[in-house]
Amino acid sequence: MFSLLQEAATHAVEHSEGEVVGHDAAHGTDAAAHGADAAGHAEAAGLPQLDLTTFGNQIFWLVVTLVVLYLVLSRVALPRIAAVLSDRQGAITGDLMAAEEFKQKARAAEAAYDKALADARSEAQAIVAQNRAEIQAELDAAIAKADAEIAARTAESEARLREIRASSDAGAREVARDVAAELVASFGGNADAASIDAAIDARMKGAVQ
Amino acid sequence: MATEATGGGLEFHPMDQFVVKPLFGGAEVHWWTPTNVTLWLALTALASIALLVLGTRGRAVVPNRAQSVAEMAYGLVHKMIEDIAGKDGLQYFPYVLTLFMFICFGNMLGLVPTAFTVTSHIAVTGVLAMAVFIGVTVIGFVKNGSHFLELFWIKSAPLAVRPILAVIEVISYFVRPLSLSIRLAGNMIAGHAVIKVFAGFAAIAAVAPVAIVAVVGMYAFEVLVAFVQAYVFTILTCVYLKDALHPSH
Repeated sequence: MFSLLQEAATHAVEHSEGEVVGHDAAHGTDAAAHGADAAGHAEAAGLPQLDLTTFGNQIFWLVVTLVVLYLVLSRVALPRIAAVLSDRQGAITGDLMAAEEFKQKARAAEAAYDKALADARSEAQAIVAQNRAEIQAELDAAIAKADAEIAARTAESEARLREIRASSDAGAREVARDVAAELVASFGGNADAASIDAAIDARMKGAVQ
Repeated sequence: MATEATGGGLEFHPMDQFVVKPLFGGAEVHWWTPTNVTLWLALTALASIALLVLGTRGRAVVPNRAQSVAEMAYGLVHKMIEDIAGKDGLQYFPYVLTLFMFICFGNMLGLVPTAFTVTSHIAVTGVLAMAVFIGVTVIGFVKNGSHFLELFWIKSAPLAVRPILAVIEVISYFVRPLSLSIRLAGNMIAGHAVIKVFAGFAAIAAVAPVAIVAVVGMYAFEVLVAFVQAYVFTILTCVYLKDALHPSH
């Protein structure tokens, strides 16, 4: 500090400039006595931090710097960063909401799919049941028809059987009468037709129904 | 400080780095003279602006590196104020962030070799601390009126000891700017001076490796200190702000 003052002092002495006050000049000449060979540091007789003559300069420039920095930060930087951060927050919230929405949609789609599946299944079951009923009905009808036909044929067959049996019965009776009449005749008897018939009827009672 | 310790090739000038010099020659330091202080203050401001303004110019939802760092700085200070001083402290967020960015970049840029450390000067840290002190006191009285004085009148203590506590509280209140400014400047001065002294020892070949390792170690430590001191200054500002906004608890 003293080198500065000393130079200032010599300035003041040589050029009689009014910028340097008296006691500084006194210090300067004092310092000059120590020898002004190394202007940088040799005469620094204390912490540069305690050199009060530089305080005004430092404080002035500090205040300028702080004011500029404050204005730039508060006018430009902070609103911008705040906007970016809130944008991001908004984007994140929006994305989360969209994701939630998609999740709901997926859930709804799943429910719809399940419902469609269940509907299809029940419809299929209904169709199957209906088909089964139809088939059953057809089957029943067919069976009934077949049964009726069988019954008819059976009746027909029975009728014919009865007919055949009756005719054979009559044939047998005829044959038996003839045979009996011949037998009686050959034994020398003379049997009338009515008694032979009665005898044959009595004989055939248990055999032919 | 008498730092001329010439002998055996050793020259220690650990304090020379703190000398304020005019930037464009000349010897006088007027209040308006552009000095190395001016240069490094400007660089500090420009670095802060570069990070927070240029770094975020993309306004990306998915940030790049610079924007991430800027958002981290923003988030760090924002959360600090909100946690400590509460939601109503957030109206002072721009100034607190300015403080944090200024101190952090001032400290960090001071670690660049041959740099001038603006935050190592008590004139600078003193103004920062006084701004906080005066600002907080004014906010306290504007927001709470005379209730702000309840900060010194501790209701939870027995009545008998309250006057004694009040004296202690008042003293501690007025020591705040002093401790704020000296803590920061002292840390910076000490760290940089120690690095410089170790660097001076590197002139002796025998101890040079040790000295260089020590410089590297100290440098790493100073990077940590640079951030921690900015953080401490900011967090204490928030604590004082809390006292001003809510003095009764």
